[in-house]
Amino acid sequence: MATLDYAPAPESRAILDLRSSYGLFIDGTFVDPLEGHGFKTVNPATEEVLAEVAEASAADVDRAVAAARRAYQQVWSRLPGRERGKYLFRIARLIAERSRELAVAETLDNGKPIRESRDVDLPLVAAHFFYYAGWADKLGYAGLGTAPRPLGVAGQVIPWNFPLLMLAWKVAPALAAGNTVVLKPAETTPLTALLFAEICQQADLPAGVVNILTGAGPTGQAVLAHPDVDKVAFTGSTAVGRSIAAAVAGTGKRVTLELGGKGANIVFDDAPLDQAVEGIVNGIFFNQGHVCCAGSRLLVQESVYQPVLDSLTRRLGTLRLGDPMDKNTDIGAINSAEQLGRIRALAEAGDAEGATRWTAECTLPSRGYWFPPTVFTGVTQAHRIAREEIFGPVLSVLTFRTPDEAVAKANNTPYGLSAGIWTEKGSRILWMAQRLRAGVVWANTFNRFDPTSPFGGYKESGYGREGGQHGLAPYLASEGSQ
Amino acid sequence: MTQRVAVRKTYKLFIGGVFPRSESGRTYVVTDAQGRFLANAALASRKDARDAVAAARKAFAGWSGTTAYNRGQVLYRVAELLEGRRAQFVEEVAASEGCPPEQARQQVEASIDRWVWYAGWTDKLAQVLGSTNPVAGPYFDFSLPEPTGVVAVLAPEDSSLLGLVSVLAPVLATGATAVVLASPTRPLPAVTLAEVLATSDVPAGVVNVLTGRPAEVAPWLASHLDVNALDLTGASPELAVQLEVAAAQSLKRVRRPGSEDFSADPGLGRMLAVLETKTVWHPIGV
Repeated sequence: MATLDYAPAPESRAILDLRSSYGLFIDGTFVDPLEGHGFKTVNPATEEVLAEVAEASAADVDRAVAAARRAYQQVWSRLPGRERGKYLFRIARLIAERSRELAVAETLDNGKPIRESRDVDLPLVAAHFFYYAGWADKLGYAGLGTAPRPLGVAGQVIPWNFPLLMLAWKVAPALAAGNTVVLKPAETTPLTALLFAEICQQADLPAGVVNILTGAGPTGQAVLAHPDVDKVAFTGSTAVGRSIAAAVAGTGKRVTLELGGKGANIVFDDAPLDQAVEGIVNGIFFNQGHVCCAGSRLLVQESVYQPVLDSLTRRLGTLRLGDPMDKNTDIGAINSAEQLGRIRALAEAGDAEGATRWTAECTLPSRGYWFPPTVFTGVTQAHRIAREEIFGPVLSVLTFRTPDEAVAKANNTPYGLSAGIWTEKGSRILWMAQRLRAGVVWANTFNRFDPTSPFGGYKESGYGREGGQHGLAPYLASEGSQ
Repeated sequence: MTQRVAVRKTYKLFIGGVFPRSESGRTYVVTDAQGRFLANAALASRKDARDAVAAARKAFAGWSGTTAYNRGQVLYRVAELLEGRRAQFVEEVAASEGCPPEQARQQVEASIDRWVWYAGWTDKLAQVLGSTNPVAGPYFDFSLPEPTGVVAVLAPEDSSLLGLVSVLAPVLATGATAVVLASPTRPLPAVTLAEVLATSDVPAGVVNVLTGRPAEVAPWLASHLDVNALDLTGASPELAVQLEVAAAQSLKRVRRPGSEDFSADPGLGRMLAVLETKTVWHPIGV
């Protein structure tokens, strides 16, 4: 039988006008780094160089923090909330207007399918700014007393999996609350943060309120460790989170950490299986599994194990892996060679420890970084692939018999970021949701996000919440507090 | 006629609902404000700390799983028992802190009132701190506060009862369980409070009280992987930094020490420090 295939439907790059090199965004303008280092950012789907960006040194961090402090003292903290809010509304609108261009930049720099950057990341980015813009003149209603105060300069370091969305999660509440920021985007995905700097200019945001420093780990460390930074916010790995938590000890800096996860996606035998399978796929293969709250452990009730697995592998066979710029692509590129190496190493540990690997049949492009959708069965709770965050398109399948066993297995992890429940029984959903030690529980859905909805982890998945009214608290001192 | 010989009290640890001596067999001398002998107290060891954490963990599911109404009643009953022991607490606070009886009485009454204040919070926290979130899609989405788990508390050194109640009651009100390291120099009111808790309806293991040296015991609590949060109120500045570093290894929630005014309105801060927020999503459809 002849199979029909999709014709290529590539999104146009023409809308994006990248410069060949970018400086650091300090005090409202792009400047050269003091020590003149730069590095290249590449398209992980093609290994093509997209632009050269600067690597900020400690001296550059000093400049940026000084600019942020100045802007905080002289402008931003004195501006009425109503006026701050209008700047944020402007930014939200500019993001919406330039959303296609930003989506293209995100996909080129990150490797995620254009369908996701266009339909998920960018709408959420604009919505996040719009939501917090409205808070700027209502902080007295945020549950922190009638006149909560901003903290000062926020140092923020974000990951590469949702580059612009993580920027929005950090910058929007910080600015709404009256803080100024120094933000370091991830080393492999600096471009949309630099385009955001241009948007700040277009919005006539006062100089120094937002400063963007590109660089790698040492730059991020310098931002978070800077003595004139009052508030530290980090999203990334639990290992780095630990070192940040230790480094701020005794400094008095406020901290929020959004770290790793090993989310359990729990499927009961009465679940609508077709929907559940879609949810499983979305839970672990969305954004190539580069999602801290991914449903990377599938817990299936024994009685439906075989039908779920059959249906899942059949569905995975229809996923289209390839050019992230193609509008039909489901699975894009792995973000970097380094990350690909980590995924491969953990998958090999799965083989070595005795789990059974199943891989979707698909042709991997010859250039770029790719890993096919992969499912491990016969996984035990002791296996590394059931304990460690893989951060890639790799699903570990375990089984359970009773709800109690599902809860025990789901909670048997040092992480506590997300969990999923699939069942038609409402009382069971609420019973499970009460017992799962995770910050976000999705019932009969997965990987949903919204600016009004608080997000963050229990246990070693970090602390603090982003989103909603709860997301303001990390950026405000309550009235009367020290 | 011979004069009656008083029955003196042995001050012990409080772990899992019982009063053991320290596993190490050690005690230390507790004196009053003038340096006169008051009692021997148990000098807790690493093993005692670990036993206390195990007891607190075991008690967590039950305590956090009670209804908020029931938890409020159980805590309110503690206040009733405290009221009945006022005279004893006044005596112990006066001896420990070296203050006039009138001042001690005020401290004790403020402590009981604070306990009542927190008892009343149990069934209001979710309403004050929770939310329904108007997400842009067909989902019902809500957020609730939940207790973080086992909380290790370094009680303040100076305020032997009011300070202790001010750091312990908020932990219990949220549904978390506690391992409290009492004031090393003024531990006697803490042991007496433990005796009150033991005869109350607070389940065994929900509160565990250790007496001893913070510098020796607290590091084991700070690095313990089954402790979720650490309240450093009673830690010296140097010890606080050391403990915060140790706590980072398992990403504990840490409440740093600061200047404390236990006579002021406590606010929600101490409860917020040991609460998590859980968000639940469900589709809306037919």
